[in-house]
Amino acid sequence: MLGEGSEVIVYVDLACPRCSLAWTRMSALPLRLVLRHFPIASKHPRAPALHAAAEAAGLQGEGAFWEMVDSIFSDQGRVDDPHLWERVRRLGLDLERFNRERRSEPVAERVRRDFESGIRAGVAGTPAAFVAGQAVGEDIAESLRTLS
Amino acid sequence: MIALGSRAPDFSLPNHEGKQVSLADYRGRNVVLVFYPLDFSPVCTDQLSIYQEVLPQIEEQGATLVGISVDSSWAHRAFRDKLGITITLLSDFEPKGAVIRSYGAYLDEVGHGNRSLVLVGPDGVVSWVHESPTPLEIPGANLIFDALEQDG
Repeated sequence: MLGEGSEVIVYVDLACPRCSLAWTRMSALPLRLVLRHFPIASKHPRAPALHAAAEAAGLQGEGAFWEMVDSIFSDQGRVDDPHLWERVRRLGLDLERFNRERRSEPVAERVRRDFESGIRAGVAGTPAAFVAGQAVGEDIAESLRTLS
Repeated sequence: MIALGSRAPDFSLPNHEGKQVSLADYRGRNVVLVFYPLDFSPVCTDQLSIYQEVLPQIEEQGATLVGISVDSSWAHRAFRDKLGITITLLSDFEPKGAVIRSYGAYLDEVGHGNRSLVLVGPDGVVSWVHESPTPLEIPGANLIFDALEQDG
């Protein structure tokens, strides 16, 4: 969870440009953001690897999870493995551990669980946000502005 | 839209390889017919990408998912390649939209199908339908799972 205020559950695909824009706008609002993984591999082939990378970074500290998410969203053109390793080094994380854990079953399971919860909630595209169980309108950041 | 409990109109349409596929080929299985407007349009791309992600779970439930639009087989082939999806896509190209019309899902004013879902049971009878209020609204995959569970 990130921030303070009304809780918003947000399903994002880390390789989705619309998610990046919405996330940047939402992060600036006084809200408690709960990120749920929703990688759409057929649309963004690198998405599963990016979500696994964020989870693996998070195993080395919650702060590292958010820093990895922000770093990916702010530079979606650099998402190959060497770019991820560069981020890991910059965040001062253990690279060997990161590489091991991002391919681990618990990390894959965590991402899969989020994805399946999104499907059950009716998510049909990213980004998608929910407040108190209700889906937020299409222009998420603008809709959330009234909440904050 | 076609009425619940009615017999699903049979059809034979070419897939992305030009091979004819009939509804009767699926007799004995649940079939989810996905009528959608057009290959490559942004909303359809999102819809089929999401359905591709849950295709294994749909098949685990003993169902087959089939997309139908007015696009040609060639367009379907390019669309599948672009998205890397394996969903069967059928071409209701000539006479244009005839099958989509037979399910009551054709939008005359725009010349393509409305975004709608039809579940055809193993006996060939329509057991569930969902029509989006507008072509811009994607029916979440949760609706398909709910329908399959209700049916099963």
